[in-house]
Amino acid sequence: MTNIKISAKGVQVYYGDNHAIKDVDVQIEDKTVTAFIGPSGCGKSTFLRCLNRMNDTIDICRVQGDIRIDNEDIYDPAVDPVQLRAKVGMVFQKPNPFPKSIYDNVAYGPKIHGLARNKADLDEIVEKSLRKAALWTEAKDRLDAPGTGLSGGQQQRLCIARAIATAPEILLMDEPCSALDPIATAQVEELIDELRQSYSVVIVTHSMQQAARVSQKTAFFHLGNLVEYGVTDKIFTNPEDPRTESYISGRIG
Amino acid sequence: MSASKHGSLLQTDPHTKKRNAAEKRFRMYGLSAIGIAVIALVILLVSIIGNGASSFRQTYISFPVTINAAEIEAAESALLKTGAYNKIIQTSLLTYLTENDLLQDIPEADAFGMISDEAGATFRRFILADPEAAGTTFQLNLLANGRIDGYFKGRVTAQTALLDQNVTPAQLVLADRLADQGALVKRFNWAFFTNPDASDQRPEAAGLGVAILGSLYMMAVVLCLALPIGVAASIYLEEFARKSWITDVIEVNIANLAAVPSIVYGILGLAIFINFAELNQSSPLVGGLVLTLMTLPTIIISTRASLKSIPPSIRDAALGVGASKMQSVFHHVLPLAAPGILTGTIIGLAQALGETAPLLLIGMVAFVKEYPAAWSPDAGLFGEASTALPVQVFNWTQRSDPAFVERASGAIITLLIFLLIMNALAIFLRKKFERRW
Repeated sequence: MTNIKISAKGVQVYYGDNHAIKDVDVQIEDKTVTAFIGPSGCGKSTFLRCLNRMNDTIDICRVQGDIRIDNEDIYDPAVDPVQLRAKVGMVFQKPNPFPKSIYDNVAYGPKIHGLARNKADLDEIVEKSLRKAALWTEAKDRLDAPGTGLSGGQQQRLCIARAIATAPEILLMDEPCSALDPIATAQVEELIDELRQSYSVVIVTHSMQQAARVSQKTAFFHLGNLVEYGVTDKIFTNPEDPRTESYISGRIG
Repeated sequence: MSASKHGSLLQTDPHTKKRNAAEKRFRMYGLSAIGIAVIALVILLVSIIGNGASSFRQTYISFPVTINAAEIEAAESALLKTGAYNKIIQTSLLTYLTENDLLQDIPEADAFGMISDEAGATFRRFILADPEAAGTTFQLNLLANGRIDGYFKGRVTAQTALLDQNVTPAQLVLADRLADQGALVKRFNWAFFTNPDASDQRPEAAGLGVAILGSLYMMAVVLCLALPIGVAASIYLEEFARKSWITDVIEVNIANLAAVPSIVYGILGLAIFINFAELNQSSPLVGGLVLTLMTLPTIIISTRASLKSIPPSIRDAALGVGASKMQSVFHHVLPLAAPGILTGTIIGLAQALGETAPLLLIGMVAFVKEYPAAWSPDAGLFGEASTALPVQVFNWTQRSDPAFVERASGAIITLLIFLLIMNALAIFLRKKFERRW
């Protein structure tokens, strides 16, 4: 039995009267890249945002069911979402660095979580995070420059550096390459493959090629249902469900 | 050359012609609208500046005065002290006029009438401030009577003087002689900004000192109350409150409050702050509280608008790295919204600075001669009677002496300059701290 990091059972999500996620069960393994694919509006991003409780910020959103990380119910009343989000980092669709310096962008998380005792510690965390995000060589001479002045691909890697600076165990990525050009996409994909060594990565993507390239496991969502979940190669070569087959061959979506 | 379905491109078809004409017409409407606005503004400025610019210069009579210690003592023990000082001034003036042979056939009373009634008090203040002057001869600058001042500003002529009980043609002749002598000069009127108001008989001494001070106190009260309350309310409504029908009702009501006529706030202030809470009438504290109520909706609306304009991705980013709601607001959203909040606050303050109606109801329309202290044991903080710039304008426009028309226009110019400075500051801050992303 492989090591299960996230376990979701019977998850339902409602936006007001709209039933967005219907009874989803999924087991996500540690130190793997899991891709969520599916047509627009199928609920893959919504489900991703359940995993670090980002849906809490939406007033009309209700989440039911059982989501466990390391066998702890993250919707337990005793859980503070702030602590959860330090453990489950997130990278968003559009690169969204703070309008501050590159250094401050990366240092912000460690600062508010008290991960650094002094400036030297913080410098080390910033350097390590930027190195991991493959941005150090480009950014080391301009740490005081504003993060918003970087190119799109660099901004997204800066956001990844910011997310891993708080030493998370899980990294959620919501279509991280949809605003990037092919070269920047290739860099980020390469990075995702390296991040797999240390984190369990869950990535939402609407590019099937990307899912095939970076992930070991793939989940296919359709109209709020989890249609099929399994090893990526199998999903793409020999899907069990006819809907998966239609989506992969381009007939729906 | 083949005729295409669309006809030649070199010829405009009727439909396009019509559209182009409509566009041209609309441009003309826009231009004429702007033209009307500009003309109105120019007329306003020309009339105000034309009337008021002269109030920044004032006519002074200057001549040597001698006073000895005995005279000071006698004057100080008199019942009407300023009257006694007036006598000394008159003696000195008479000496000066006879020495220079300026009086000739003009009656002495006319000569004395050229000096402002305010002169005795001015002289006394001068002597008390500088007792060393006793026994010496020194040059004294005294305000000329408002009519004499009006003569040098073109308001009074020999013709109008014939019909005027307050000035005689002979005084105007003497004024000319004094001016030739260099004893009558127009100088920059600092007293206009430092003097308190003066009675109907002495427009030349009237100044904006108390009004400016009162307005400053009120702005301090408004800034200290409206900014924190307004910003806190906006942050709560925009960032923390769950959207429900209650927040909708609050939102609609804030928008409504912004549109409530200001005089209604005056009635509210009268009922609550003066009749119920028993704060001092005419005090800058009550004025400030009323203006705070009036300014709050403006500040809340502009603050909410600038909070709304911060992209949600910034909040997501902060929450995503594990910031709490409050950290995301105070570390990221608020600094980005600050220029907008500042601009809204300054514009709200500028609006409050020019507000008259509510102040009339809470008694700030009173004639106030004493400078209000910021704090006093009896009246408390900002509790002493005061007046305000726009109310001073209102006051002066009601007086009959034409010299007050000039003063009122001068006060309007002063008010406009304050407003201009504040708005310029708002624009400067917005430009300086505006960030793009």
